[in-house]
Amino acid sequence: MTAVLQSRGLGKRYQHRWALADCTLSVPAGHVVGLVGPNGAGKTTLLNLAAGMLKPTSGTVEVLGARPARSRAQLARVGFVAQDTPVYAGLSVADHLKLGARMNPGWDAALARDRIEHLGLDRRQRAGKLSGGQRAQLALTLAVAKRPELLILDEPIASLDPLARREFLQSLAEFISGHQVSVVLSSHLVSDLERVCDYLVVLVASRVRIAGEAGGLLAAHRRLAGNQASLEDLVLHYLSRSADPAAEARR
Amino acid sequence: MTWLTWRQSRAQAIAAAAALAVAAIVLALTGPNLAHLYDSSGIATCNPYRNCHSLAGTFENKLSKIDAVLYLVGIGVLLLAPALIGVFWGAPLVTREAEARTFPLAWNQSVTRTQWMAVKLGLVGLLAMVTAGVLTLMVTWWSSPLDTSFNVGGSSRISLTRLGPILFDTRDITPVGYAAFAFAIGVTAGLLIRRTVPAMGTALAGFAAVQLAWPIWIRQHLIAPVHTVVALNPGNIFQIKTINNRMILSAMPTFSQQGAWVLSSQIVGQSGRTPEITAPSVCLGSNMQACQAWIGRLHLRQIVAYEPASRFWDFQWTETAIFLAAAVALAGFCVWRIRTR
Repeated sequence: MTAVLQSRGLGKRYQHRWALADCTLSVPAGHVVGLVGPNGAGKTTLLNLAAGMLKPTSGTVEVLGARPARSRAQLARVGFVAQDTPVYAGLSVADHLKLGARMNPGWDAALARDRIEHLGLDRRQRAGKLSGGQRAQLALTLAVAKRPELLILDEPIASLDPLARREFLQSLAEFISGHQVSVVLSSHLVSDLERVCDYLVVLVASRVRIAGEAGGLLAAHRRLAGNQASLEDLVLHYLSRSADPAAEARR
Repeated sequence: MTWLTWRQSRAQAIAAAAALAVAAIVLALTGPNLAHLYDSSGIATCNPYRNCHSLAGTFENKLSKIDAVLYLVGIGVLLLAPALIGVFWGAPLVTREAEARTFPLAWNQSVTRTQWMAVKLGLVGLLAMVTAGVLTLMVTWWSSPLDTSFNVGGSSRISLTRLGPILFDTRDITPVGYAAFAFAIGVTAGLLIRRTVPAMGTALAGFAAVQLAWPIWIRQHLIAPVHTVVALNPGNIFQIKTINNRMILSAMPTFSQQGAWVLSSQIVGQSGRTPEITAPSVCLGSNMQACQAWIGRLHLRQIVAYEPASRFWDFQWTETAIFLAAAVALAGFCVWRIRTR
């Protein structure tokens, strides 16, 4: 199985602080991958490197077998929703759809239109006037309507209220079920990931603590911790276990 | 990308078009009358050794107050326009996106960063140049009767030669080069500083420094000035200083070349060196005329360095080309920088 995201010794330094150091991981295609870890583990840095927003200080990262954002063709294959789900505050919802249509050769206008209608967004509304949940949905619409092979979502629901969070994940799940797409979704809220993810990567201090299909990991964990154990228990178990003293010291 | 850039700068374009339309109406209402006054003044066919001075004076006395104010406003607006373009169009071009954190959105469409930056620079830069170009075209046309009058008026009038620091900067094509350059400085400052207000301040300071320094230290070196020696006219002496019984004279050059840009003039004696004149008693009193007559008998001369008026268009093209080239270089830096971040 090919990897949608592969990094080797990947690191990013800001002045004297390493936001991500020596990160080696491989994410297989065809999954909805939950990237979990405590704040400061390097999730956002890793995903920004994968989306080509940042340049690595050390190591390499490959997305769908190529350097991120290296060409228009490569950009067209990856959809990215950044942490605070940015949109242009002064542009209307319709302007955003037009922007997507003009700037992406593979734009799926019907998909975008249906999503906006389904969400009940007013096309004339300025994006700056949207609620946090609506803004996140608009950002997601832009990312999915370019019909990417890989969708990268960096904590898209962290700042949303529980209802908006559920609606967002719902509409994400609907898109995933109807299309051939791999997804990498980061969050520190494991309970949310449980709904959509079938593959889990736990990142602690730039290191992959555990990675694998959610079902398999959970089954194994339940043999140890009992049948009541949830995915959240599993993640907490791995977060609290100091398997790597060096990494613990860095934290 | 073109569409997004247009959509983002639409409001600026409309504001610029509205301002230009207002200027066009005001100038169109007052310009023909001014042109008519000039045509009937006879300045166009005057003889510089006979009647130019007086014809120019008559023409200038007929001007209304509004014309005088508009003339100065035209100069002021063209001096400020490039700086304003740099501050309000250049500096926010990148900082606006940095502050709203919209880079992830912009850079994850199927458009490379190089293209993103190049299209923004190209389109808004073109808008800046067109705005400055239309403005200078209108103001140059409106002001040309007065500019000509001031140029033939001779040395005792306001010294507004077309090659001089103020008129040259605000006429014909140079404002287009300045606008492109100021815009590029603004974008570069925004890209390096990433916050709008400090970038605006830096752009303003940077462009103003160039705008001030250029005519003082740099422009005259673009084409080497002409040197000429003329006899000193004692009537042109405007200051006599006496230090330790030695006289130091300052005088306007006796110079009949219309519209020339005089860079310097130096008083020399027969030997070609600065004369050492011991102040005679006649010059220590208050009888200025007697003193001037005494100086006249020394047959002093003046070495004048100047740029002839005929070089106006050589200077215009050269300077515009230099500023456009600088703008392109800065734009190239911006594209390189955004790629390697």
